[in-house]
Amino acid sequence: MSSIKDFASHFFVTGDPLIYGSDVAIVLVSLAIIFVLTYFKKWGWLWREWLTTVDHKKIAIMYLIASLLMLLRGGIDAILMRIQLAFPNMHFLQSEHYNEIFTTHGTIMILFMAMPFMFALYNAVVPLQIGARDVAFPYLNAVSFWLFFFGALLLNISFVIGGSPNAGWTAYPPLSGLEFNPGPGENFYLLALSISGIGSLATGINFLVTILKMRAPGMKLMDMPLFTWSVLASCVIIIFAFPPLTVALALLLIDRLLGAHFFTMAAGGNPMMYINLFWIWGHPEVYIVLLPAFGVYSEVVSTFSKKKIFGYKSMVASMMIISVVSYFTWLHHFFTMGAGADVNTFFAIATMLIGIPTGVKIFNWIFTMFRGRIRLTQAMLWTIAFIPCFAIGGATGVMLAIAPADYQYHNSYFLIGHFHQALIGGVVFGYLAGLYYWWPKMFGFKLDERLGVWAFWFWQIGFYVCFMPQYALGFMGMTRRIYTYPDGLGWGSLNLVSTVGAFLMGVGFIIQVWQILYSIKYGERDVTGDPWDGRTLEWSIPSPAPLYNFAVIPHVKGMDAWWMMKQEMKEKPAQIKPIHMPKNSGIPFIMSVFFFIAGFGLTFHWFWMGGFGLLGVAVCMFIRSFDYDTDYYITVDEIKRAEAS
Amino acid sequence: MSMTVNEVVSRFGDRRLHDDHDHDQEGMKILGFWIFLVSDCLLFASLFATFLVLRTHIAGGPSGKELFEMPGVTAETFALLTSSFTSGLAVMEMRRGNVKRLIGWLIVTALLGLVFVGLEIDEFVKMVSEGATIQHSAFLSAFFTLVGTHGCHVTLGLFWMTAIMFQLARYGINAVTQRKVFIACLYWHFLDVVWVFLFTVVYLMGVM
Ligand code: HEM
Ligand SMILES: [Cu+2]
Repeated sequence: MSSIKDFASHFFVTGDPLIYGSDVAIVLVSLAIIFVLTYFKKWGWLWREWLTTVDHKKIAIMYLIASLLMLLRGGIDAILMRIQLAFPNMHFLQSEHYNEIFTTHGTIMILFMAMPFMFALYNAVVPLQIGARDVAFPYLNAVSFWLFFFGALLLNISFVIGGSPNAGWTAYPPLSGLEFNPGPGENFYLLALSISGIGSLATGINFLVTILKMRAPGMKLMDMPLFTWSVLASCVIIIFAFPPLTVALALLLIDRLLGAHFFTMAAGGNPMMYINLFWIWGHPEVYIVLLPAFGVYSEVVSTFSKKKIFGYKSMVASMMIISVVSYFTWLHHFFTMGAGADVNTFFAIATMLIGIPTGVKIFNWIFTMFRGRIRLTQAMLWTIAFIPCFAIGGATGVMLAIAPADYQYHNSYFLIGHFHQALIGGVVFGYLAGLYYWWPKMFGFKLDERLGVWAFWFWQIGFYVCFMPQYALGFMGMTRRIYTYPDGLGWGSLNLVSTVGAFLMGVGFIIQVWQILYSIKYGERDVTGDPWDGRTLEWSIPSPAPLYNFAVIPHVKGMDAWWMMKQEMKEKPAQIKPIHMPKNSGIPFIMSVFFFIAGFGLTFHWFWMGGFGLLGVAVCMFIRSFDYDTDYYITVDEIKRAEAS
Repeated sequence: MSMTVNEVVSRFGDRRLHDDHDHDQEGMKILGFWIFLVSDCLLFASLFATFLVLRTHIAGGPSGKELFEMPGVTAETFALLTSSFTSGLAVMEMRRGNVKRLIGWLIVTALLGLVFVGLEIDEFVKMVSEGATIQHSAFLSAFFTLVGTHGCHVTLGLFWMTAIMFQLARYGINAVTQRKVFIACLYWHFLDVVWVFLFTVVYLMGVM
């Protein structure tokens, strides 16, 4: 009996009212979901329509929902941190709890919010923009999604079971090693990232092949819409950047689980090895998430200025240059760790060089707007707001890239200000622009403008109120990952202002949630399929797109294919043929559950459970390998019926 | 209602004809696999880099010079290189359309792979019994991880090949099984190339 009690008190996180509150909330929400599904007899529907789907449009929706939930979770973390820092000598959070929160906030925001949001856009848009029926590997696409989902779940349950990771989102050893961090927290981090990382790599391969091989006849690479180009560039980086991350995580896990010595000083290990491998992924990762945002801006600017994008070729070239050069900058994350002046200089210059192609892109966007017929829709608002915001983020980035100066503000709040400016101003604004732009295509109705504008201004004002003071705080000596600070340093008022800003952004987010709920009921329906007078192929089909996307695959004659077709007033040729489609499959879901079981077991050093999970994974793969009945045809009648409705 | 592939094929003839976007599904999978191999190369490159950084960090324990027994390693190399050759013969028989011989060569390949894995396990067990464990030094951590990762890849390849052999026996040679054999053999050659690097960097440079 007492041993059970003992086990439970180690297994469940105890002793903090916030966590008890979360326990209750989790149980209640789970019960509510189970009740609703049972009451409305929706289990079969859930399984058939969603859990087993291989349709890229549905997968996009699932990514989107998951990433918005993670934005909420990461946002709550952010607000908690900002409350704790609002006044000197605060006692709102315990110090260990603060460590866990900045760790999960950073991890979740980058890996479980930005990445899936980006994959949502990939899935929602790319096949439609290139005139394809599907992605190259629909089944693999479902596997990717469920691996991400269960990876995210694994990290999130650490909050109430076992304890969250607390060594920062970078998890540097030796702090994250077994000696200084014996609990399961870091294991949660390592396994969650590994599992979802496999999914990300698979998505990278999937979309690269899709873009290279599935373009509609006639669409040359240099006819592709810029968003598709940005996805291509981002996939190339994924393919090159994720393996080093996998290795870094695996080696740290081997250190922790098997007592190896990659990163422990005692038996000849070298922690710098981890730091290098981590940032060989970590810096390009920033561009993995940033380039698709650039792609969104290009589409939005062109559509809402009613003009062809200015400097298409230079846009493509600059993205490819960024994707290569981003590989030679990783060391700027540890200028101060003793690499020596010449190495630092090389990486400082490489880092600053990225500013050039980025500058080219910004000028191109501005030139596209110049003399255009601009419509200030929500997507356009976010795009215009991005430009000054990212310009400041870029400027502070160059300041950080000056290696000797970095010794001054390394790991200070100046850095926090800089990367939030780049990540929020560049990435989040971009994805939100994409959300508003493609929402009608994904769901068949528009999001309410009035509420959207309110949300926009709350976000914008909140953003500057929150992050501008942080630059000053950095110069005043406030370091990152600080739990509290004494009175009399003069940091109090600026921190309070920053917290107010965080709350304003929180209000913006709540308005957006309300906007979505409101628009589901009252939003303007999109009956034309082309609500913005768009230029690219996704606007040539009904909203939301039918299962097979294109009843007849279009023939493309150049850039902005749909715009050209509209100018020529060409009607669609009528000859419809049966369409080849992949069948749904439950294996991706089940296999990912086994991955989750394995991850959970290994987190607690229960090797039997880890082994069982991995065995399950192997069995799933084996079964799938023997399945030859994986596709079917939609008949002409069915297509005609769907097109008519 | 929707039709199954077979119904369409029987009604409209060749299914490829009616696959109107006409993407060569099997060809795309092969391209996807090539790209996967690129990323797998980077995985090994990262492990090699780690090994090279740590190979002299023996923390007072045994070094490669004291541990490696070249006869065993040479036998391993021989088995794996030969198996790569026999997998090539398998693909050749596949092109000729001879299922029996194709399966036969795949069995030979798998057996040679099994010999390789067996010798490697034997080597590991010997080292561990001499006290040279993964916990002993950074060098040994890197050694076991790098060589072990390759060994896991080979083992996975063995399971995979076995599954394919059953499918060949059941379905014969068609577009799908052909692609599967091709990809598995591609993977096998890739592991061979990685082993050549391993042999050079870990063992030859280790005993020199
Ligand atoms: C929406 C408003 C946001 C607010 C108010 C906010 C606030 C914060 C705060 C207070 C910290 C901790 C600073 C410290 O004490 O060291 C932090 C860290 C961090 N944030 Fe945010 N954040 C926001 C959004 C984001 C987004 C969108 C991302 C990424 C896409 C992000 C990524 C990070 C990262 C990587 C860290 C570093 C964590 C670490 O030190 O391990 N944040 N943020
Ligand atoms: Cu960087």
